[in-house]
Amino acid sequence: MVKDMVLGSEAVALGVKLARPKVISAYPITPQTHIIERLSEMVDNGELDASFIRVESELSAISAAMGASQAGVRAFTATSSHGLALMHEVLHWIVGARLPVVLVNANRAIGSPWNIWTDQTDSMSQRDLGWLQVYCETAQEALDTVLQAFYVAEKVLLPIMVMIDGFILSHTLEEVVIPTQEQADEFLPPYEPEYFLDINNPLSFGNAAKGDVFYNLRKDIQRSMEASFGVINEAHNRFDDIFGRRYDLIDTYFIDDAEIVFVIAGALTGTVRVAVDKLRNMGVKAGLLKIRYFRPFPSDLVRSYLTDKKHVVVLNRSLSFGSAGQITQEIKNALYFEKDKPFIYDYVLSLGGKEVFVEDIVKLALNIDSLETSKILWRE
Amino acid sequence: MDFRDVKNIEYMNQGDYACPGCGAGLSMRHALKVLGEKTIIVMPASCWSIIAGVFPTTALQVPLMHVPFATAAAVASGVKNAYRKKGQDDVNVVCWAGDGGTFDIGLQALSGAAERKEDIIYVCYDNEAYMNTGIQRSSATPPGAWTTTTPTGNPLIYEKKDMFNIVASHNPAYVATATVAYPDDFYMKFEKAKNAKGFRFIHLLSACPPGWRIDSKDSVKAMRLAVESGMFVLMEKEQGKPIRVTYKPERFIPVREYLLFQGRYRHLDENTINEIQIRVNERLKDLDLL
Repeated sequence: MVKDMVLGSEAVALGVKLARPKVISAYPITPQTHIIERLSEMVDNGELDASFIRVESELSAISAAMGASQAGVRAFTATSSHGLALMHEVLHWIVGARLPVVLVNANRAIGSPWNIWTDQTDSMSQRDLGWLQVYCETAQEALDTVLQAFYVAEKVLLPIMVMIDGFILSHTLEEVVIPTQEQADEFLPPYEPEYFLDINNPLSFGNAAKGDVFYNLRKDIQRSMEASFGVINEAHNRFDDIFGRRYDLIDTYFIDDAEIVFVIAGALTGTVRVAVDKLRNMGVKAGLLKIRYFRPFPSDLVRSYLTDKKHVVVLNRSLSFGSAGQITQEIKNALYFEKDKPFIYDYVLSLGGKEVFVEDIVKLALNIDSLETSKILWRE
Repeated sequence: MDFRDVKNIEYMNQGDYACPGCGAGLSMRHALKVLGEKTIIVMPASCWSIIAGVFPTTALQVPLMHVPFATAAAVASGVKNAYRKKGQDDVNVVCWAGDGGTFDIGLQALSGAAERKEDIIYVCYDNEAYMNTGIQRSSATPPGAWTTTTPTGNPLIYEKKDMFNIVASHNPAYVATATVAYPDDFYMKFEKAKNAKGFRFIHLLSACPPGWRIDSKDSVKAMRLAVESGMFVLMEKEQGKPIRVTYKPERFIPVREYLLFQGRYRHLDENTINEIQIRVNERLKDLDLL
């Protein structure tokens, strides 16, 4: 175990290397490119015994990863923004085929107009497919989550998308504890699927299925999603035992006595933590609930923390046009049956990398009585 | 390989969903006889998505993976790389795609895999239109042909995309055209493809009785007329060698005989038939066949 200063993207690459994937297929796109540059170096210099396929598009990147996974090996790809959108059809197919592909998405806006900076529109647009989704706050969390992702995906037989914010996490140096390969191997056993493209046991995968069969296959996906909570918790416990770092489906900060709780996912959580500190120093009872797993959505946990709160300000970095911020929808959904609900504010904090300062969050709390709950709230 | 040496062993089950007289079903049956049991099929959307059978049945006795339309060559790249990493490099990973999945929507992934020299075999069974969705034009549809999206005939200004040369320009290990109507030639080419290392591509002409508007008993005859008239030339190119025509009729028959044999061309007037004959003659001259 060593400590080093690494970029968020490099932390991802280190996590991938420790997971020993056999096939990596990828296509460059800002701000993800550092991940695959680092991985191709590792493959070329022999640090990582994998095949690196330099495909001609993101559609082929995810397709090759799917093929490798169906052939029975651990497969990885990374992308961002337009790349993730281009993968959409195959993202669906991977879920239906029940393949545990791990994908890291560097969150970035999608055009038009062109914009390379961060928001969560890309991954939120893929929320309904059956991929598990995890949003990371720090480089350490990114590295650790990649390792956990392979463990969870291979037990649940569903793919996982791990999100890091473009630039504010992918391109930022942070201190990271890098696990040893021995620790990683102890945590993550080799991938040995029961069913795969096996010439000794020839099976057909994906043959046309009629409605009754298809319906049940989709029901199984939802059941696996529900069962994945147990697997995720088990992964977090194992991870804590081996690495001494504790994770949960969500994270909280000063939440117990908070009257105003901010809800956020991703690297801007750090900015909100500082704002909470500042508000506490001013005597305002502010707190934070960080969404780590967005799929499956940890409604029970969210409910247990938010039910008795006065104000919940949901800080979205994407929205479903014509409806609401996607995180707000989930929070409202989780609290719907509660008798005493908090005021829930649907705030669009940032899109396309619009800068967010600590003061923006502080001001929100100070002006909480002037905020409306009946409509989407926008910044000036 | 002499086709009479082919073992009497079947890798296709009885009761597949192919139409009577389907060239694609027949082609798979014979291709697998050469490729053998160490073969994995990657199949994008095509007629074969249905021919392969409905869950829980399957038409194939080798591993099969259905994949989205545009992705066959990329998925096969992933499968092959996985198998190589597992230390089993002797498995044939075969894309089995229609003309839509090859000439149109799958062309980018195909070009990428060919350029990377992926060690896979890509087979396109070309029935010259989107037959599974009900006979719509593709870029493999010849000029003049009726389809449901070219109800007065595919515009003459179009030319059928030249897949052989498009793939050949990637300098693959092997590229060939074939049709199951010439089984000795067909077997020889699958044998060569199987034994070569690197990217291999076989373009099969594959008759479609409903789409070509022919009787199901005439499927093989239609494919033979295509070759005998010079509309479809049987040839191959091994890496580092020139193009070689593998079958030359004693004398080419007029394209009229091929065209008017099929309902899809029956609306053609004399001028159009002559124009098609001129184009075929030019191509045959280019290949030193006329």
